[in-house]
Amino acid sequence: MKSVKNHFSLIIALLSILFCIQIFIIVDRSIEAYKENLANNYSIVVVSKKQIKEKEMLLLDESISSVQELPPDNVIKRLNTNIDKKNMNLLKLTLPKFYKLYLYKFPTPDDIKKLKLNLSKNKSITKIEDFAKTHDTTYKLLVLFKNVVFIFAMVVSIVTMLLILKELRIWQFKHNERMSVMGLFGAPIWLRSAILFRLAIVDALISSVLIFLIFIYISTNKWVLLQFQNLNIKVEVFNLVNDSLLLLAISLIVSVTLAAMVVLGHKEEV
Amino acid sequence: MDKVIVANDISLSYNANETIINQANFSVDSGSFVFITGASGSGKSTLLKSFFGAIKPIQGSLIVGGVELSDVSKNKLNFLRRHIGIVFQDYKLIKEWTIEKNIMMPLIINGYEKSVIQNQVESLLKHVRLKHQAGKYPLELSGGEQQRVAMARALSHNPILILADEPTGNLDEYSSQLIWNLLEGANTQLKTTIIVVTHRIPSTLNVNYKHYHIEYGEIYEIS
Repeated sequence: MKSVKNHFSLIIALLSILFCIQIFIIVDRSIEAYKENLANNYSIVVVSKKQIKEKEMLLLDESISSVQELPPDNVIKRLNTNIDKKNMNLLKLTLPKFYKLYLYKFPTPDDIKKLKLNLSKNKSITKIEDFAKTHDTTYKLLVLFKNVVFIFAMVVSIVTMLLILKELRIWQFKHNERMSVMGLFGAPIWLRSAILFRLAIVDALISSVLIFLIFIYISTNKWVLLQFQNLNIKVEVFNLVNDSLLLLAISLIVSVTLAAMVVLGHKEEV
Repeated sequence: MDKVIVANDISLSYNANETIINQANFSVDSGSFVFITGASGSGKSTLLKSFFGAIKPIQGSLIVGGVELSDVSKNKLNFLRRHIGIVFQDYKLIKEWTIEKNIMMPLIINGYEKSVIQNQVESLLKHVRLKHQAGKYPLELSGGEQQRVAMARALSHNPILILADEPTGNLDEYSSQLIWNLLEGANTQLKTTIIVVTHRIPSTLNVNYKHYHIEYGEIYEIS
């Protein structure tokens, strides 16, 4: 029972670290997906004296993914004048050209500055409307959300690490005697610490399997999927290969480091 | 006769201010039975610890089983310890292991085959009259029984030397006699060198022994 309790405390500590890491990964993925979504809807309007070919526009900045020329009809409609068709066509030709630029990714304020600078290099461009105010608010909100989750994950991880250090002292106390006795009979260090490493690896495997099961459940949970659907984004909550390997590696590294610290901190007592 | 232990001018100390054993010279013949006596705090346990490298001499040369212990590497020390059996007053059994596993531990360390280990453990359990307790844990046994397990563990790998620190210090007459019989048997039948640190030499012992006495850091040969 005591041994199960000792296992349990390390498994819980590992679970909380792994949980924090995976939650941070999900939030990061959600934000990236949301940014992509925003980038698809976000565009910059450029006004030009002359017609600019799409190819030429794309060369101005590498962040531009596509260019759409806005028809002048809407502008003319607003004038609502009784211009005849001939004059209307003439007016259309003399009006400046309007272009909507779409970007590959949701830009940072710096990206927008750079983009504006690059666009203004073309002398025929007279005005650039970047909708900076709306953009900046959305962007800052996303960054704030990501940072808050990151800080939260860090705090939980630090607290868990402190718990693991406490666990380390229990392990040191528990295993010191056995390691000392084995040492008295000439057991090499690897044999003395084999049990400890086996325990650490078993605990790491158990916590990894538990976290896999938790996130497989979360990734198929209807409520969670509905939240992403409401945000109009598609997020991979748990990647069976990449995330599993990452969490397993972290779990093994933490628990094996713990075991190694116990072995290194071992002092022979006779 | 071969010497198992040769000490030349050894001094032992835990700190710079106090020397426990001061420039001692002595030797132990292979296959002999040696008693080391002395008052509490005289340094007899410290001297015994130096024989298995738990404390290094601050001066002089100490050779045990052909290994110089005043400047020994970890690997060499482990090698030496694999040929020594140690018995403590407080048994030093591994509590979370069954007594069977405790006894087989030195055999595993020495790399014996599984079948040999099984046979040896079975025979030892019989020898120390604990065959029926094989699956029990140390804390489920009495002090005398625990010390018999410790004896079986010390004997399991046929060591060249058995070091016993007050092996009967916590035991009743009956259990003490069993322990002395086991030590006597190892010495007479297996020709194992035995060194026992004790307050009192048992009168019932049927072996020739050498007796050293420690007083004020000096080692005197009594008989």
